[in-house]
Amino acid sequence: MVVTTGWYLALGAALFSMGSVGLLVRRNPLVMFMCVELMLNAVNLTFVSLGAELGDLGGQLSVFFVLVVAAAEVVVGLAVIVAIMRRRSGATVDDLSVLGG
Amino acid sequence: MEVAVFIVSAVVVLSGALGVLLARNPVHAALFLVQTLFGVAVLFVLLDATFLAAVQVMVYAGAIVILFLFVIMLLGVDRADDLGIEPIAGQRPLAAVVGMSLAGLLATVLLVAVDGLTGAPAGTPIGDAGDNTRRLGEALFTDMVFAVELTAILLTVAVVGAVALARRLSGPMQPLPVVAIAEVDDDPDEATGDDS
Repeated sequence: MVVTTGWYLALGAALFSMGSVGLLVRRNPLVMFMCVELMLNAVNLTFVSLGAELGDLGGQLSVFFVLVVAAAEVVVGLAVIVAIMRRRSGATVDDLSVLGG
Repeated sequence: MEVAVFIVSAVVVLSGALGVLLARNPVHAALFLVQTLFGVAVLFVLLDATFLAAVQVMVYAGAIVILFLFVIMLLGVDRADDLGIEPIAGQRPLAAVVGMSLAGLLATVLLVAVDGLTGAPAGTPIGDAGDNTRRLGEALFTDMVFAVELTAILLTVAVVGAVALARRLSGPMQPLPVVAIAEVDDDPDEATGDDS
C-alpha cells in the first residue's frame, strides 16, 4: 500500500471542514482564530501534496507566502481582540455588533 | 512504513483539530492547535518539504501559538467558553449540516478527480529532500523577489498596525466613535446595574 496524493487531499479536506465547523460553532474570538489557522493548514497541506505530485516547487512557495500572510493576520487580529477586550471583558463575537451601524 | 507514519500523523492532526473544536478552555484549544501543527509538520517531512516543516514548527508552533497564549493570559484564562448555551437557536445543527456538506463536496471532488490529476509543472522543478532549502531560496530570491519584498512591506504594516491598535491612549481623545462608546461599557461590574 502506497500513500498517494489522494490521501493527503482527503486529510486536507477533513481538516478544512473541521476548521469551518469550528468557525461556525465557537464564539470565543480567539478560538475562532485558531479554527482559521486549522483551515489555513489544511490548504497548506493541499498545496504541498499537489506540488509533490506535479514535481513543482510552486506549491511549497505558495505555502511560504501563506505562512507570512497568516502571521500578519494573526498579529493584527489579536491586536484588535485585545483592543476590544480592554473595553469589554468577556465579549463574544455576538456582542461585537457596534460596527454594524 | 510510510503508510504507518501517514496514518499516525493523520490521527494526530484530526484529533488535535477535534480538540480545538471542543475544548472549553482557550488554553487547551491552543495546545491542541500545537498538536495539529506538529502533525502537519510531520506530513511535510513525509512530502520532502523539509524547509517548510521546520518553518511550520518555528513560525506556527513557536510564534503564532505563543502569541495566542500571550493574549489568552493577558485577557484572563478564567473565562471558559460555555458550550452548553446556544445564543442563536439552531446554529449548531446548521453548522453541522454546513460542515458535512462541505466535507461531502470536497470528498466528491476528490473521488471524481482521483485518477485524473491534470496540470503541468510550471517551471521550478522540485528537488529531493536534501536539496529543498537551497531550491526554495533560489526560487524566492530570483523569480519571486518582488513578492518577497511585498511580504516585507506587509509584515511592517502589520507590526505598525498592531502597535497602534494595542497602544493605551492617554488623554482626552478617545479612538472609538461615539456610538461604540455609548454601547460598550468600560466596567462590566458597573454595567450590571444600569444596563437595559
